[in-house]
Amino acid sequence: MKTLLAFVAAALLAGCASTPELESKAGVEDRTPTTAVPAQPGVTAVTPIAPKADQLPNALKDPKNILSKRSIFYDYDKYDVKDEYKPLLQAHAHYLAQNRSAKMLIQGNADERGSREYNIALGQKRAEGVRKMLQLMGAQESQIEAVSLGEEKPRCTENTEACYSQNRRSDMLYGGEY
Amino acid sequence: MRFMFRPVLLLLALVCSSAQAQLSIEITGGGANQIPIGVLRFAGEQVLAQNISDIVEADLQRSGRFRMLFAGSVDPLPTEVAQVNFGDWKNRNADAVVIGSVVRLADGRFEARFRLLDVPKQVQIGGVAFTLSAQQVRATAHRIADVVYEKLTGDRGVFSTRIAYVVKQGNRYELQIADADGVGAQTALASREPIISPTWSPDGTRLAYVSFENKKPVVYVHSLLSGQRQVVANFKGSNSAPAWSADGRQLAVVLSKDGGSQIYLIGADGSNPRRITNSGSIDTEPFFTPDAQSIYFTSDRGGSPQIYRMSASGGEAERVTFDGSYNVSPRVSSDGKTLVYIARDGGRFELKSLDLASRQGQTLTDGQHDESPSFAPNGKMILYATQINNRGSLAAVSSDGRVKQRLSVQAADVREPAWGPFFNN
Repeated sequence: MKTLLAFVAAALLAGCASTPELESKAGVEDRTPTTAVPAQPGVTAVTPIAPKADQLPNALKDPKNILSKRSIFYDYDKYDVKDEYKPLLQAHAHYLAQNRSAKMLIQGNADERGSREYNIALGQKRAEGVRKMLQLMGAQESQIEAVSLGEEKPRCTENTEACYSQNRRSDMLYGGEY
Repeated sequence: MRFMFRPVLLLLALVCSSAQAQLSIEITGGGANQIPIGVLRFAGEQVLAQNISDIVEADLQRSGRFRMLFAGSVDPLPTEVAQVNFGDWKNRNADAVVIGSVVRLADGRFEARFRLLDVPKQVQIGGVAFTLSAQQVRATAHRIADVVYEKLTGDRGVFSTRIAYVVKQGNRYELQIADADGVGAQTALASREPIISPTWSPDGTRLAYVSFENKKPVVYVHSLLSGQRQVVANFKGSNSAPAWSADGRQLAVVLSKDGGSQIYLIGADGSNPRRITNSGSIDTEPFFTPDAQSIYFTSDRGGSPQIYRMSASGGEAERVTFDGSYNVSPRVSSDGKTLVYIARDGGRFELKSLDLASRQGQTLTDGQHDESPSFAPNGKMILYATQINNRGSLAAVSSDGRVKQRLSVQAADVREPAWGPFFNN
């Protein structure tokens, strides 16, 4: 970093050499234009690691099993888990309690209205609400991480309430799915 | 005709040198008390790939603080004070005129000089000679525009500063950096997962931002000189909302590692995180005041998201916004006098400003989905994200609400703007 700064400074200074003769003739100050930040070293690319979902136990994938259901939906600006989702959380808490090596990531989401950062916090509150309930029902804290995706990963992208309600959501993912 | 000045709607189709996103800028509305000015072609500037006078003119026009007078074809072009026809400019009510010249030097570089002339007094009030390479034409023109702007308005120009923003195209997210006029975009980071909340270090060499490449929000600091980036906060839970302290040594961030979204201070290298809010509610979007003494932030501790202020070391918070049930994203101008934030009004999200001394408020925009405001370093413009035809777009508004600009990229979503600092040299 220091070397680079020194290099940039040197490059800027090198551009400063001026002809005194021109200066006196012009009757103006002499300067060298510089851009705010030097040319970039190039693009840094990020490639996320793909999860290996095929190792999941069948119970979590079988559409007939309640454990295959992973989403909880919320009202606008709300983060309390509605009663209708309690049996679903009960089933997942039971699974986590029976399988102490199983890990879960809860991703909280918000609809797109309002501040992106506030929506991260709202999604976090939703995810933590699910985590606390799963713990009360028998899961271990060490098995679960509650995070937020805010409004960044919408399931539905239209500006309608039907769509927004799909996006106010917590998703439960098991180790291997994230 | 080389430039059109009168129309309220002016589209500057700016030529983009880089292959990346081409931001075009549309200006709507005009400022009060615009200064009438003529920018003449610079004698000999055709040796350059682009006319310096065109770029200077576009910069001044875009600021909304000048009324550009058509310079027409003057032959020969004046390069000295004595050669200017002041009577003619006086008749056209010009306050100032810019003249200049460009010559090729023996070493292949160029010398561009300009003079800023006061028309009523018929004297030179500014002038600089620049030695430049062929690649520095735009930078030189922005410097000239900065000098003209400062001499005539008393405020520092921001034409030489840069902006950062995120472009989303399909599932590809790019963190880009461009000149303040949207030209010369370069991609600093490309990812398949979202990038949000970019924010410039005070010296303009680094960006802090939040990336979701690990399936959760993690805070990074990215050096623009080396392209190297460093994880600053990747704790259990979410890590987001970075804000630089004035000395660039630490960040305020929002972590949920201890439960709930709370504000922490952390070294810019990720060292020594310490919690500074303790509310049990949502505390997020910290923003340091320029004097580094206070932090503004958003909290729902009173039942709805509102803006609060506390000491930069934490402690008691004072509520700042009271009207409405959703006031978020606080940012303070560099002189510490004005707060801007996003307010929900009915179903609309608008940019509002608050004079912190008089408590006088003003609504600056009338968008449906305005968000993520960012002050220009001179405090005169605010860049923000908006939606046009269901697509993300950037816009800017003057701090008095009179001048409005839209910056858009063809066929892409643009969001999360951050205006960079002055570059001191």
